[in-house]
Amino acid sequence: MENRHVISVLVENKPGVLARVSGMFSGRGFNIHSLAVAPSQDAEYSRMTIVTHGNVQIIEQIIKQLRKLINVVRVQDLALGEYVDREMVLIRVRATAAKRAEVLRITDIFRGKVVDVSHDTITLEVSGTQSKIDAILELLAPLGITELIRTGTIAIPRAKKVLKTGDSLE
Amino acid sequence: MKISGAHILLQSLKEEGVTTIFGYPGGAVIDIFDVLARLFPDQFTFILVRHEQAAVHAADGYARATGKPGVCIVTSGPGGTNTVTGLATAYMDSIPVLVITGQVPTPLIGNDAFQEADIVGITRPCTKHNYLVGSVNELARTIKEAFYIASTGRPGPVLVDLPKDVLQGKADFEYPRTVVLPTYKPTVKAHIPSIKRAADLIAAADRPVIYAGGGVITSGAHQELRALAEMTHIPVTMTLMGLGCFPGTHPLSLGMLGMHGTYRANMAVNNSDLLLAVGARFDDRVTGKVEEFARGAKVIHIDIDPTSIQKNIVVEVPIVADARHALAKLIEVLKKKEFAEHQRKKLTDWHNSITIWRNEQRLRFDRTTKTIKPQYVVEKLYELTGGEAIITTEVGQNQMWAAQYYLFDKPRTFLSSGGLGTMGYGFPAAIGAQMAFPDKVVIDIAGDGSIQMNIQELATVANYRLPVKIAILNNGYLGMVRQWQERFYDNVYAHTDIMATPDFVKLAEAYGALGLRANTTADVEPVIKQALEHDGPVVIDFVVEREEGVYPMVPAGSSITDMILV
Repeated sequence: MENRHVISVLVENKPGVLARVSGMFSGRGFNIHSLAVAPSQDAEYSRMTIVTHGNVQIIEQIIKQLRKLINVVRVQDLALGEYVDREMVLIRVRATAAKRAEVLRITDIFRGKVVDVSHDTITLEVSGTQSKIDAILELLAPLGITELIRTGTIAIPRAKKVLKTGDSLE
Repeated sequence: MKISGAHILLQSLKEEGVTTIFGYPGGAVIDIFDVLARLFPDQFTFILVRHEQAAVHAADGYARATGKPGVCIVTSGPGGTNTVTGLATAYMDSIPVLVITGQVPTPLIGNDAFQEADIVGITRPCTKHNYLVGSVNELARTIKEAFYIASTGRPGPVLVDLPKDVLQGKADFEYPRTVVLPTYKPTVKAHIPSIKRAADLIAAADRPVIYAGGGVITSGAHQELRALAEMTHIPVTMTLMGLGCFPGTHPLSLGMLGMHGTYRANMAVNNSDLLLAVGARFDDRVTGKVEEFARGAKVIHIDIDPTSIQKNIVVEVPIVADARHALAKLIEVLKKKEFAEHQRKKLTDWHNSITIWRNEQRLRFDRTTKTIKPQYVVEKLYELTGGEAIITTEVGQNQMWAAQYYLFDKPRTFLSSGGLGTMGYGFPAAIGAQMAFPDKVVIDIAGDGSIQMNIQELATVANYRLPVKIAILNNGYLGMVRQWQERFYDNVYAHTDIMATPDFVKLAEAYGALGLRANTTADVEPVIKQALEHDGPVVIDFVVEREEGVYPMVPAGSSITDMILV
């Protein structure tokens, strides 16, 4: 059975590390649905959040192969516990005068923000879980989405399951 | 006192105990070679090969023969790209090799400079790890880390890319005593409760088999393996990479398993109720159709690399550990059970079945022909060297016949590209092995196809008077592919007929080596004797039966008991 897994990876913040991780995925035929990466609270380390799909064996291999990379500090399959995940999207939607009110209403319901507006479009910023993003996209689709930019999911385990850079250095 | 990067590099290699370096000079590494000649003329033996690929294979052969990391130095750009096949070969077989490449000066990197290649990018998937050194101050630490990573855990090749300005820059030299790598900590010690579970399964098994791979050789666990097998009376089958980890002449040896394994090994594995895998990775050439591989068996899997476990097959007891440590613990636990005598009785039926399989289908070939059978050549090489030679192979039929007919009793005596299957590996690997053991007989068992992939190294062996013997099983075909075409492609020998080969005797002579030829079965023994007596490189051209095949053979994707027999 193929399941969605959110994998949190703490890596050394060095050149080429992203290439090692993404190369491992492509070289072994694993799928990356989304990947978000930026420095962690300790600038020597970066945190990657990778969303992937696969059966139990594939996910196990992905995690082991990630751990095998020399620059990888810690790997955690967040699906094994509770976690909070968010994604931010920028949506440019067609909105002539007649439709503008509807777009704003939907934006309001989803607690989105208008970040840009023109004669015939409105650009929104919305963040939330994947299901929330999917829901607003479904509502906006009939109006005409002209551009969509997503950050990819980022996620953090609920407290007590925190990944710490210090753990690796014990 | 500050010294140059090139000097730091060589001083670091000396600190690591390196004595032999293989390589090829070039513009980006000219400083290293300059310091090597001026300041280290006696500390290192440098072997100048004729192609960079051979330098890595030679370093790899040196590493396989000794267990110590092999070192090679090449230049930037094409020097580096020529090492890729060698790196991939070493990576697949977990061989500790350090490749030093030159790089264009740091300010030029990314500018498409002369002889520039992103070698770190190119070799990322075929090295255990690699480095681009950004500053001369990081050089000594990087070399220390590179050796540590290459030779610990599951070993593998490491590449260190050195820009010319780093080699020319100066820094104080102090070689680090310890390595600080918080992100790299291989699990060496076995989890004891898992060892106990394994021991229980062994005690309960009626039809157990040990399936031993290259990891046993890597960890130096051959004595422990033998002790375990003898104590438990469990028969041992080996992978290609595992040959020599258990004596091939031992009564408990089943020989090699897999695609060209022995009948008894494949039958035993698929009829077993317990499979103890040690340092092996359930490669497709071993398992055949994986769903049918040892279907009735519970599997205990000892491997230092967690990614090898549960990769291809479901395992009952996974044990992530160094094979030597795990086997020693297993012996300890089993000793407490004091069950050796009981075990001998219990496994009588199992050993009887194995004897029947052995007698039903032994490895065999027609011994009555005047035309030379390639198997006969290997058998004679075994006999006339007393099984004491280091054998390297190329890839294909020559490799499989070597594996089947030369009985390896000791680890590190069979050097062959198992995972990647690199034609052209055997000859340079023989150079590496000969450098490590100048007094041993080193023989490359080759085909007429694969020997031509690194034939230029005849100049190297002639240059250094290395007494490497090359036994070419010359059938005028790319024989293994031809065999597949015969079996599975209606005898359409598409581009596998290579009768337009050079005269290997004349070729050997042209390079300054001794060239010999055997045309008939009767010639084989005298020619081998002559070759072994000659103190220098020898090429023997054995003109063998053209369409001889390697059997047993399991068609790719079939169950390993669906063997095509002779």
